[in-house]
Amino acid sequence: MDKIGPKAAPIPTLYELSVRGRSGLDLPASDVPQAPLPAAELNQDCDLPELSQLDVVRHFLALSQRNFGVDTGFYPLGSCTMKYNPKINEQLARLPALAETHPLQDLDSVQGNLALMHALQQWLAEIGGFAGVSLQPAAGAHGEFTGLLMMRAYHQDRGDSRRTRILIPDSAHGTNPASCTMAGFTAVEIRSDARGNIDLDAVRAACDASVAGIMMTNPNTLGLFEEQIDEVVRLVRDCGGLVYGDGANMNALAGIARPGDLGFDVMHFNLHKTFSTPHGGGGPGAGPVGVSQRLIDFLPAPVVAMDSGRAGEPRYVLASPKKSIGRVSTFFGNFGMFVRAYAYLRLHGGEGLRANSEHAVLNANYLRVKLRNTFPVPFDRMCMHEFVCQGAVEATGVRALDISKRLLDYGFHPPTNYFPLIVPEALMIEPTETESKPTLDAFVTAMQAIAAEAASDPDLVKSAPHKTPVRRLDEVRAARQLVLCDRAKAAGG
Amino acid sequence: MPYVPHTEAERAEMLACIGVKRPAELFTDVPAKVRLPKLDLPPPCSEIEIEREMRTLAARNFALDPSASFLGAGAYHHYRPATVDYVLQRGEFYTAYTPYQPEVSQGVLQALFEYQSMICRLLALEVSNASHYDGATALAEAVLLALNLGRDSNRSKILFSSAVHPQYRAVVRTYLRGMSSATVTGDEDGDDLDRLTSQIDGSTAALVIQSPNFFGQFEAVDGLAERAHTAGALLIVVTDPIALGRFRPPGAYGADIAVAEGQCLGIPPSFGGPHLGIFATRMAHVRRISGHLAGETADVDGRRGYVLTLATREQHIRRAKATSNICTNSTACALAAAAYLATLGKRGLREVAELCFQKSHYAAAQIAALDGFAVNPQAPEKPFFKEFVVRLPRPAVDVNAALREEFGIIGGYDLGGDYPRLEQHMLIAVTEIHTRAAIDRLVAALGQVAKRK
Repeated sequence: MDKIGPKAAPIPTLYELSVRGRSGLDLPASDVPQAPLPAAELNQDCDLPELSQLDVVRHFLALSQRNFGVDTGFYPLGSCTMKYNPKINEQLARLPALAETHPLQDLDSVQGNLALMHALQQWLAEIGGFAGVSLQPAAGAHGEFTGLLMMRAYHQDRGDSRRTRILIPDSAHGTNPASCTMAGFTAVEIRSDARGNIDLDAVRAACDASVAGIMMTNPNTLGLFEEQIDEVVRLVRDCGGLVYGDGANMNALAGIARPGDLGFDVMHFNLHKTFSTPHGGGGPGAGPVGVSQRLIDFLPAPVVAMDSGRAGEPRYVLASPKKSIGRVSTFFGNFGMFVRAYAYLRLHGGEGLRANSEHAVLNANYLRVKLRNTFPVPFDRMCMHEFVCQGAVEATGVRALDISKRLLDYGFHPPTNYFPLIVPEALMIEPTETESKPTLDAFVTAMQAIAAEAASDPDLVKSAPHKTPVRRLDEVRAARQLVLCDRAKAAGG
Repeated sequence: MPYVPHTEAERAEMLACIGVKRPAELFTDVPAKVRLPKLDLPPPCSEIEIEREMRTLAARNFALDPSASFLGAGAYHHYRPATVDYVLQRGEFYTAYTPYQPEVSQGVLQALFEYQSMICRLLALEVSNASHYDGATALAEAVLLALNLGRDSNRSKILFSSAVHPQYRAVVRTYLRGMSSATVTGDEDGDDLDRLTSQIDGSTAALVIQSPNFFGQFEAVDGLAERAHTAGALLIVVTDPIALGRFRPPGAYGADIAVAEGQCLGIPPSFGGPHLGIFATRMAHVRRISGHLAGETADVDGRRGYVLTLATREQHIRRAKATSNICTNSTACALAAAAYLATLGKRGLREVAELCFQKSHYAAAQIAALDGFAVNPQAPEKPFFKEFVVRLPRPAVDVNAALREEFGIIGGYDLGGDYPRLEQHMLIAVTEIHTRAAIDRLVAALGQVAKRK
């Protein structure tokens, strides 16, 4: 982080830096005869900024210095699995023989890519306990939408069009109900019980012939393994519903338990969480879906299949599942992320995956125990890869938001705050397996120091952060006086 | 790989702190019958070995020289300035999450704001979001916006030109599976816009066209927006951002929403992804936009800063009532596009657009002169940008196999699969990376391949 403190000047925008006549790149002169441009189709001026190449480089470098990533420091953002993104992954995804391949090339010319995708499909199916996998969805929410469309198609295929409701626990990620709406379902919220599990009685009461299925996050967003998962799955199945798994929290379970073995019919994997592909500042990720035998015919097309009728080196082909819901994105999905996830899986193998999950859970429980006397943990039992504590400091007016902002001054990214919605003043902490004990201890020390500050000097905490390039930003003004496009006119534009 | 840093002593200390003896005791909530499965995965390898393995795998692909490839159809080989990957490799950017903590995310937020600013100006529209997954999903979100807007007036019909990318139309149809009332029509045959606009009626939510269209040609867009608007429908345009360096933008001819695949702006083809969905519209629709929006504001000291704004549209606040379920989108690709557009600037993008135009026209003229070939026979009167249709004397699949095996050239996209009327036709893309010599090699190879029966 740039530690310039409260006097940091804003970085001028590209348009403010623009000077008429500058350019950052020379292009070769045309080596072909000139054809006349169609006069009616020409534009006046495309009004892009004009900068030298060094201007561009310094601009983006300066911007990067005002951004915090996993490479900068500890990033315990709950449910986001901000673990280390291995540098070898980046190098491999950039190999020209992979990165330059075009998605519409003849299949004989891209057998390497197809072999990689086929292996990844197989490995994800194995890890999740599923019968089939589509790599096509581009993100977790995209995978949810895909899974829900498959569930819809499954019921319709059986001539059962009454199933319009999807049960969703009140602790679920917001993407779950949003995906339901997009897929034409009605989301029905189910309360949690006193131990942080989904309330079994509420599930029982909601299960009827209008239920298309349930969306379960397990471990849930409290970081707790659903203790009655078998019973929940049985109830939903008995009423004719399907079980969707939100794989956002798979970093606790890879190598520990397979959702397919628990009776899940469909789940998305977040390659950008569990399988170490970078989050990219908000994507691109990848959200492959795994399905049970019941849904395998509904997977998005195409999937990669092995041409079995041949001797020698296997040949890979594209196949369209019998009752496919169709495409959810162009081409094959985010292939560049498949390369990174493939590398991660090869580097770890089955035992390594289990070890990573164990350490993710070890780190989370260590922090839970270290912090619970300072910040209460409402559902205080053995957690999985994350836990939720409460960030309010009694009698000081200091809230979870203030604790989060003060953590920035200590050089840490804050936990997810105010989520899940069922815990007031929630701080959701997910350390991941790649953080060392000294890092975790330093985080504990910072949290304790902030709690002490909250008691002795609450205003210091409430007005935090103090050491970041900007301080608290006026979000109300941003929404009321919308400025979504730079008003500075490009020079000469 | 030593992914977990703990020493044995640290691990023991941490387990003791928690009050358990072995890591297995952390998982007692997991039903014993499913706990600790034996996974059938290959054994782990080292970094040296995965590097070797990946190169071996990559070597099973045809060794592609992008300047010997003439495939386009939605993904393109354009030159990527070195500055783009320099920016993408900054760990502060690519290892960050979505910028929900603006005080330590000003870098990504300002870059997204600048991306939005450049996209607005390029498309001549008022507001751009911060990205979608790809061009097709951006179009699907545009169609959903139009349907939501038209809901109160019972507008449920989407009229599609068949010259919109076939995969985009397929994705839109998938997206609409959850909306039983919505219908997609118009693209069953032909791509005659007059025929299409004659179908606009009071139930039409949007007219969707692509220009330059899937065949690379500029559509006759004048008057289209008026015809759509008169009937109360939106005009949605799929476009090519490279073309906008020299050719008129969708906003200038009345588009209400413009979407595009942004892969051409500094992002490698990468076998189809990750790519970038560009989405821009008019301010009147800002509250119905899906996806993130970076907005300018000020901090408590009055300093300029940026935040994600209008979050009340989004899933983490509105849940089932959100405008979309988008969370992770394609920020790093938007960053690539921002670095690309900033590096090229006004003059650079104009030159790239002109080079694409000139070189593709040279290639088209040379191919048209070959015996048995015709260029854009389906619509000879329409001007084109960087792609054109070639009628071949032999099946496209045979031509492409011969080009690759005998000449090391990747030929065009076989159109027969998506358009039965265009059997034995291919779509050829030519960009600024193709030299005259590379084009001449393609032309000579096509001539030789055609002679064989």
